[in-house]
Amino acid sequence: MNLKRTNPGLFYLQRTLFYLLVIVIAVYLLFPFAWAVLTSFRRAADLFLPPLQFIAAPTTIDNYTQVLTNPSFRRGLLFSTIVAVGAVAVSLLFGSFAAYALGRFRFKGKQFIMYIILAVSVFPQIAVLGGLFTLITRFGLFDNPIGLMVSYLIFTIPFTVWVLTSFVRDIPGELEEAALVDGASPLQTLFRVLFPVMMPALVTTGLLAFINAWNEYLFALTFMSTNRTVPVVIANYSGASQFDQPWGPIMAASIVVTIPLIALVLIFQRNIVSGLTAGAVKG
Amino acid sequence: MTINAPAKPPAAPPASRKRSPGIEASRARTAIILLLPTLIAIVLVAGFPLYRTIFFSAQEANLTTPGQATFIGLENFWFTTAEGIGLGFLQDPQWWTAVRNTLIFTVFSVFLETVFGMIIALVVNSAFAGRSFLRTAMLIPWAIPTVVSAQMWAYMYNDSFGLIGQGLLGGQALLADPSKAIWALIAVDVWKTTSFMALLILAGLQSLPGDMYEAADMDGASKWTQFWRMTLPLLRPALLVALVFRSLDALRVFDIMYVMLGANVAASTSMTGYARQQLIDNQLLGTGSAVSVAIFIIIMAIVVVYVTAFRVKFD
Repeated sequence: MNLKRTNPGLFYLQRTLFYLLVIVIAVYLLFPFAWAVLTSFRRAADLFLPPLQFIAAPTTIDNYTQVLTNPSFRRGLLFSTIVAVGAVAVSLLFGSFAAYALGRFRFKGKQFIMYIILAVSVFPQIAVLGGLFTLITRFGLFDNPIGLMVSYLIFTIPFTVWVLTSFVRDIPGELEEAALVDGASPLQTLFRVLFPVMMPALVTTGLLAFINAWNEYLFALTFMSTNRTVPVVIANYSGASQFDQPWGPIMAASIVVTIPLIALVLIFQRNIVSGLTAGAVKG
Repeated sequence: MTINAPAKPPAAPPASRKRSPGIEASRARTAIILLLPTLIAIVLVAGFPLYRTIFFSAQEANLTTPGQATFIGLENFWFTTAEGIGLGFLQDPQWWTAVRNTLIFTVFSVFLETVFGMIIALVVNSAFAGRSFLRTAMLIPWAIPTVVSAQMWAYMYNDSFGLIGQGLLGGQALLADPSKAIWALIAVDVWKTTSFMALLILAGLQSLPGDMYEAADMDGASKWTQFWRMTLPLLRPALLVALVFRSLDALRVFDIMYVMLGANVAASTSMTGYARQQLIDNQLLGTGSAVSVAIFIIIMAIVVVYVTAFRVKFD
């Protein structure tokens, strides 16, 4: 602060440059999305206009009505929701059991199991694509949301186990000891004592796993043919010919798929940051 | 918790271990039971499919009739016919193009993300008006699905009305030119994941002790010196783990290439794209599995190198 007195010129120069940097960062982060939002409200004929006229062009919601009445997009939303919610629910249930065991119990081979789970979380999905494909077709689960849901466990389970374990470790042990002394079984302890305390962690972990499942593309593309999820629908959205990409509707569909995620992320902002750092920085 | 309920009368003294299992042993058993669903799920979706992939990598097999596979050893990897025709994906120049492009993509996007992420994290970590706005803005690119950001950027790169393709480059089809497309893709990935990197670095920055910086200020160390001598060394562990995870993500990249370039070009732009083309589009279960095994080995080798060279500690 004393720079302000000793050398006001330098001080204000520094401030200006700093705020300039802030503006550059904000524009860099937000502009592409803002441009997509703008495009989603423009008529197809106006896309050719130069930027300033494009911004001032009349607004329309045609793209949104077109997308929301599109049956394959609506099916996509439905299947994405089923698959992502299912995968997250299973992962949270299994994951909290495992996290309780890994965070609270001492037993032989624990380190080994933790490394296995960590190894699975760095697994390249392509390494199991062929094997999983033959299994899914053999069990008649091709194009079936259950097959896709099960395949998503490969990334949702390691993630939930890992993040929840670090949360379980932070819960004070007295809570569980009190339950033990009162004669509660491990499952009772987990459901009655730890679950209420872990609620914020479960919400955060579930949300992050949901985002990953919602975004998944490789498995969704390979294991489903007609029951496509929204990322695949958006990637395949095409117009009359190959060279006529309907950018307006594509942007509208993109915004429809993204807005719920952004809303959730903004609501749970604080939890997300702690969940991400627990999941990523610690491993 | 019932630990030892003596149901039988203690007529003959049973084995000492059995009589009193002890609270530790009983808890260990409970732990295994709690872990069972997770372990079964992992075997089902990771272990067994991985085993199948490794198995098929040594077979001549078709995707539609996996039952009729025949063992051919390493011929999916490397095989030269009597006429001197090189078969096996290791003799396919397209595979090596894909490897080269993936490596370029990984090195440059992870490097740029780290540098930009560090700059953004340092800015957001200092106090200024609008800081909370910027922290919120940071989350937005990260929250956008990859396919959506790929489409958004494909639109901006479009040569007839894209802001970049038409506006900045005057109608150049950036994505149609393979030598330039890789840089366009790096830009997309950097935009999408810089904020993730920034978040991780920010979390690391906030755990640094503030009084240390006060002391350094007292001693007259410049901000520049403070950054190189204090911030960076202390951030090293968090930074390394973030780097490992980002590099692995970049090595298995698929969606951006596949959506922005199409299946065929993606096969020479990313290793995963090449593997998927062999496996699914060409229905070559054997060759595709061999490629998948190669990618798996490459990624695991990099994990081992990272973990041992930098002594990254998990847990």
